Amino acid sequence: MELLRFATAGSVDDGKSTLIGRLLYDTKTIFEDQLEAVERTSEAMGAGYVNLALLTDGLRAEREQGITIDVAYRYFATPKRKFIIADTPGHIQYTRNMITGASTADLALVLIDARKGVLEQSRRHAFLASLLGIPHLVLCVNKMDLVDYSQERFEELKDEFRHFAARLDIADLTFIPVSALRGDNVVDRSANMGWYEGSSLLHHLEEVHIASDRNLIDARLPVQYVLRPQSDEHHDYRGYAGRIVGGVLKPGDDIVVLPSGFESTIAAIDTYDGPVAEAFAPMSVAVRLTDDIDVSRGDMICRRQNRPTAGQDIDAMVCWMTESGSLRQGQKLALKHTTRSVRAVVKDIKYRLDVNTLHRDETVDSLILNEIGRVALRTTQPLFFDRYSRNRETGSFILIDEVTGATVAAGMIQDRVH
Amino acid sequence: MPSTYQLSHLDALEAESIYIMREVAAEFERPVLLFSGGKDSVVVLHLALKAFYPCKLPFPVMHVDTGHNFAEVIEFRDRTVEAIGARLVVASVQDSIDAGRVVEQTGARASRNLLQTTTLLDAMEEHGFDAAFGGARRDEEKARAKERVYSFRDEFGQWDPKAQRPELWSLYNGRHRRGEHIRVFPISNWTELDIWQYVKSERIDLPSIYFAHERRVFERDGMLLADTEFVTQLDGEEIFTERVRFRTVGDASCTGAVESDADTLDKVIEEVAATRITERGATRADDRVSEAAMEDRKKEGYF
Repeated sequence: MELLRFATAGSVDDGKSTLIGRLLYDTKTIFEDQLEAVERTSEAMGAGYVNLALLTDGLRAEREQGITIDVAYRYFATPKRKFIIADTPGHIQYTRNMITGASTADLALVLIDARKGVLEQSRRHAFLASLLGIPHLVLCVNKMDLVDYSQERFEELKDEFRHFAARLDIADLTFIPVSALRGDNVVDRSANMGWYEGSSLLHHLEEVHIASDRNLIDARLPVQYVLRPQSDEHHDYRGYAGRIVGGVLKPGDDIVVLPSGFESTIAAIDTYDGPVAEAFAPMSVAVRLTDDIDVSRGDMICRRQNRPTAGQDIDAMVCWMTESGSLRQGQKLALKHTTRSVRAVVKDIKYRLDVNTLHRDETVDSLILNEIGRVALRTTQPLFFDRYSRNRETGSFILIDEVTGATVAAGMIQDRVH
Repeated sequence: MPSTYQLSHLDALEAESIYIMREVAAEFERPVLLFSGGKDSVVVLHLALKAFYPCKLPFPVMHVDTGHNFAEVIEFRDRTVEAIGARLVVASVQDSIDAGRVVEQTGARASRNLLQTTTLLDAMEEHGFDAAFGGARRDEEKARAKERVYSFRDEFGQWDPKAQRPELWSLYNGRHRRGEHIRVFPISNWTELDIWQYVKSERIDLPSIYFAHERRVFERDGMLLADTEFVTQLDGEEIFTERVRFRTVGDASCTGAVESDADTLDKVIEEVAATRITERGATRADDRVSEAAMEDRKKEGYF
């Protein structure tokens, strides 16, 4: 059984919680005691209906204010797949939470209300999904029951959204007309929309092809930890432990270790369950080399003929994620990229991107909470990176405030600064 | 090996957990693995063995011992730790009581569950642990659904849900100051069913109380509590013998059993797949106090 991670963004008004509630309920994931707790709380709040949003809004402050503040992770499974939902709030003030939820997603689910059409919020969600490199986007046109299940309305919204999406980088775009409240096209195909020939949402989630989304070309192993047992049994053992974040590695492969440039060959790829014939993302393994060379945490193992970019000048899209302070030119921050921790200085803020209109404002000199901009950084040590669009693991980094230790920004590497 | 380069969901979850544990071992000075003998901590321990093979565990194992345990679990704990040659630290709630750090609750409903927090924090400080692996899962409870894999705790061990660090991709931020620490939950993304399927596929040994057996129990608040020396029956609470098993393992005074005939792994998996009540809802009196019972306890430094 395969694992699919998807992110949803939206507010209660879009029917997002109802849709998630229905997926969970119809796959028998909501338990009786959870449902009873939601019913009790709904009644106590005088809601007059069973508010399924309470299932995911787990924090006291969220229930009191009736809003989703943070990313909530939900789990369900069908006989075909196991799903992890990163359920994120949709309002602009929670852009950072959406980005967090989207960072690990294979698929994004964006909801629009069939009556209201493609709003600024829906465009923003689609843009963030594209910025975060989510390969599959599903646009659910919800509340179809309130527009008489009109094919014309559905086609109209599809065209409008396609027109906008042409400006984004979305590999796979799917439209599904649904009524979350009535269950049309959520789990089963709806009898009310005979004109719709596609899959139900759940069927699409079960079938969408994600195996080829991973980069299986550029072999990358950021070294996490060096295994040196120094026991009698494994006296000379040296394993370089880490998770494969791209490509495929096999014993016999000619490799190079960065930054040293030392070359060697893979002797074996070990796991607790024994050696493996090949390793690919996202496997956690330990690699042994034929030569006794100096390799440590933060180094990158890759093929000699296919190396990541090595450099100290980083050009990236950066989202500032904290209320305190802002990103400014000349600022120094800690930076974590793969297993490598360095320091970085902000050389330039080239522009700020308006997440609603995609307009570039080149006059800004800082980025505040939830703002996204194109930024040039200089690091104290070289990073070994790929473009984010080529590899989400070797193309992403976080910025950390050196005083408070807080994670203050997320970055996606674009091209190298020339 | 599959030629399609696909991992099963259990392999993908395992790879993620191993990655998290290696990050912690590399970036922290003194991690510790919290081990209760419960199935989740048994799985975390198993993952740790896999993460560092062929090395021994690069950190000790700690049990916060309420003194109100099921004998089978303590026996299992000692046997398991000895078999892997790990160092076991026992932090005892009884010692905290004797030292006057906490005051024992009284009455028939007394439980040492809440007292564990002080014992845990004192032990973290005494041993200088800066990271503690726990077996919490996000599917267990709604406050946990919002908790990060690296859960930052201040010098009082408190969790502030509104001040959590964003956690993106697989870039975990373990920065902390002296006195602060991080709770790490490597199996955050696993569900109860994943745990059982993994236990089966990896042939992991568990305490016998997870499987159906005859036990003297009594009913309280719709739960079956075991008749042990640690709880006193209230008026009208009759003791009877029932075929039961435990879905969670905790303090004997607040962990309920469920009626069950599942005496093998396959039967347990079947039962878990078909169940309509969450494991904490079925068996944990500590979560029934209020809608936000878990959130409130975590804010005070609970697991």
